[in-house]
Amino acid sequence: MFHIYCPHCCEYREEEEFHASGQAHISRPLDPDACTDKEWGEFMYFRANPRGIHHELWVHGAGCRKYFNITRHTQTYEILEVYKVGEKPSIVANEAK
Amino acid sequence: MSDVTSDVTVVARDTKLVTKQLPAADIMGESPLHHADLASIAEHGPKEGGVHFHERKLMGLLTLRCLPSLEQQEMIKSLLGVALPMQPLTSVTTNESSMGNVSVRWVSPDEWLIIVEADKACGIESHFHDKLMGHFSLVNISGGTTIFDVSGDDVVEMLKKSTPVDLHASEFPVGKVVSTVFAKSGAMICRLADDKFELVVRRSFADYLWLWIQDASREYGLVVKA
Ligand SMILES: [Zn+2]
Repeated sequence: MFHIYCPHCCEYREEEEFHASGQAHISRPLDPDACTDKEWGEFMYFRANPRGIHHELWVHGAGCRKYFNITRHTQTYEILEVYKVGEKPSIVANEAK
Repeated sequence: MSDVTSDVTVVARDTKLVTKQLPAADIMGESPLHHADLASIAEHGPKEGGVHFHERKLMGLLTLRCLPSLEQQEMIKSLLGVALPMQPLTSVTTNESSMGNVSVRWVSPDEWLIIVEADKACGIESHFHDKLMGHFSLVNISGGTTIFDVSGDDVVEMLKKSTPVDLHASEFPVGKVVSTVFAKSGAMICRLADDKFELVVRRSFADYLWLWIQDASREYGLVVKA
């Protein structure tokens, strides 16, 4: 069971209070009408599935009901950092593979 | 519809209709636990036990949503008689307000729960819409909620069966408030004293949670207070 720090409540709570909402930092195309089907389809349906560092959107559903971001290691499940929506992660995957 | 008499008074204002959500004199207000007849259980039931239960029924509850500027905070303070608790998970209570007993619970960075006597809710709502400038929302949620006061020597033991929140006094001091999961439902839990907690629960879950609390309290003995 995760013990997750909510950056709005400013304390750790049980995972039971939270919901994962998928990949973070997905920006909606500014002009959807100008998108090709491929561009729109990729925005809509295609998500990264990395082995390693992953940025995820979570919501403190049973608590303050606010969304925030988590940087999590998908192999070890370790939560590396928590940051608010609009902020940038300080821990990112090494680009060179 | 003309032969139906309404028990709802609508107060017309310039910008907003505020509804006085109180039962009329000829209609008895019924709490979500009306059917449980807590008054009889209090009279005839056990008088000693580790957990005490009291439904603080038919209170006035208001949800305030806003990101208050300093001016708004000042105005809210003058309207409620107490300043909004801006620190996460904190609450304030005053009995020196012109609005009577006023409790304000932090819910989220832009949300508070205001608890007053039922007959004060409409007045507070009206005052907010008259006096508070800027962007905000204030909604009377009295009809959708009820309040359980649980206390006693074993109240923490009972609550531990019901919620994953750490209730140790070092982590959960008097005055702290959390919204959390409670027995597969949800509750807003506020510690009123070392051995006394307030649970704000949804009306539709009130009966289930009352049954749950009876079961969870069985080993300690449950005393119902009128
Ligand atoms: Zn939270």
